[in-house]
Amino acid sequence: MHPFFTQSGRLGLYLLGWIPLTAILGGLLVLAGGLSLLEATALSVPLALLYAFLCLSSWYLCRAFPVDSSRLLATASALAMASIVAASLWLLSGTTLAWALALLPAFQTLPDRLARAGPVVFLLGVLLYLLVLAMHYVLDAAEKVRVEERRAADLRTLAREAELQALRARLNPHFLFNSLNSIAALVAERPEEARSMCALLADFLRTTLGMSERISIPLREELALARRYLAVERVRFGNRLTVSENVDASTLDVAVPPLLLQPLFENAVKHGIGARLEGGVLSLVTRRSGGRVSIVVENPADARAEKPAGTGLGLANVKRRVAACWGDAGHVGARLHDGRFRVEIELPAEA
Amino acid sequence: MLVDDEELARALVRQLLAAHPDIRILAECANGFEAVKVVAETKPDLLFLDVQMPQLDGLEVLELIERDAAGRPAVIFVTAYDQYALKAFDANAVDYLLKPFDRARFETALARARTRLDSGSAPALDPLVPRGAPLSRVVVKDGVTVTVLPVSKIDYVKAEDDYVLLRADGRNHLKNQTLAGLEEALPKERFVRIHRSYLLNLDRLVRLEPSATGAPTAVLTDGARLPVSRTGAQRLHDRLGH
Repeated sequence: MHPFFTQSGRLGLYLLGWIPLTAILGGLLVLAGGLSLLEATALSVPLALLYAFLCLSSWYLCRAFPVDSSRLLATASALAMASIVAASLWLLSGTTLAWALALLPAFQTLPDRLARAGPVVFLLGVLLYLLVLAMHYVLDAAEKVRVEERRAADLRTLAREAELQALRARLNPHFLFNSLNSIAALVAERPEEARSMCALLADFLRTTLGMSERISIPLREELALARRYLAVERVRFGNRLTVSENVDASTLDVAVPPLLLQPLFENAVKHGIGARLEGGVLSLVTRRSGGRVSIVVENPADARAEKPAGTGLGLANVKRRVAACWGDAGHVGARLHDGRFRVEIELPAEA
Repeated sequence: MLVDDEELARALVRQLLAAHPDIRILAECANGFEAVKVVAETKPDLLFLDVQMPQLDGLEVLELIERDAAGRPAVIFVTAYDQYALKAFDANAVDYLLKPFDRARFETALARARTRLDSGSAPALDPLVPRGAPLSRVVVKDGVTVTVLPVSKIDYVKAEDDYVLLRADGRNHLKNQTLAGLEEALPKERFVRIHRSYLLNLDRLVRLEPSATGAPTAVLTDGARLPVSRTGAQRLHDRLGH
């Protein structure tokens, strides 16, 4: 369906634009065919109205032949053909109308004089068709710009949300409270460990500072942050938390949005380790095959839990960010299998 | 007795208690299951209880602790989450320590516990603390065995005097609670009170069979048949949308 028929205001404007074109057609008929003003008006008004709608068909052409420099010749010849066909149809309907009008005594000689103006009308038809076609291309380009702008605005909104979320993650109060509590416990009996826990915590916090202001970071930085986070949690959970890493060196320079993986590690610790008496192994695997990178974060799940509770928000955020950055080229999959919860992110490998 | 899944968190309380030679630590537990069992065995006077723990959380532990006057310990909650504070007081906890806390705050809590224990008037712990959100599971205790029943596994609940009988996975579980109290705590969209004595999990309903008396009988997936009262039938019709 042509967009003009869904937006009545635009159709009205378009038809308004045809009023001067109708006058030009009438003028040409008078000059080239020697028609009287009455004859020219009787012919040009219905003809122009008919052609106004006929020319709207060029929208489909515009859609079928997007601007593409590699197909310039094919496009140009198709458009030329279309305009010739349209103009011929137009001239044919004009002639038919003239013969019909000739039944009235006042318009008897109309067909002869229209035939004299024929070439001019035909030429005008070709030009008008091309004009409307050009208008469609311009409107189409404007529409694309608008869509692109909206997408960019969406991306900015998402980035801001992610930043807020990251800020919250950085200042996740319970993570901080529990870490501080561990330090309080270590201070008296194991002061050396208390000091190193302070350093670990500071390291983690310092790394997150400024990270969310960048649009993308190499995966190696994201993983370094995760290691710091897990080091802090390891003090808290002791031997309940074991981390297994299998990182493909060729994935380290791949660009990812900052703090993309952080919610996954937080979920894995909170639900996979914190919710189990015996703790478990948190595993991280990155792999590269061709132009694709896969990042897998896996943790044991509480067998009793029907589904990992509360993972929704963090995971949803990861999914949205992947969709915002890569569209259909990125993919996030999560599933519970064999008592382990597994999240896999697939991305194009771009540095 | 100390209950916390983090060793360091227990260590902190242990260190602070060292200044009180009259207090003896009977046991330390790293999870709720163990805690319920050990409380029954050792009958501690005072319990330091973490809220967020694997599998059985602090509020559930409290729910399962014997409620006879003799075995009832005074409870101090210890947690990083302040959203449980009000609920802890609803449960008549002595105090609520937010991690991390200092010695002064700890001493205040301990002093309160001493007052409570000396007066000997420990008020009954509320059996089921309202949590704001509907329950996702129900904990039951049979002797020393604690069972966690996800609400989706519960077929129906039947009132039996002071207890409720929960039918799940082909087994009966008794819990010291009222049917109305449990109805209040369970997710409303899943459970319907079909009778004065029955609460039904809608997922288990196969069909309603009319009877001569007018009140139908509910037939469940496992073939069980439950009576449905007039109001119960009305509630079912409202819920099932016809």
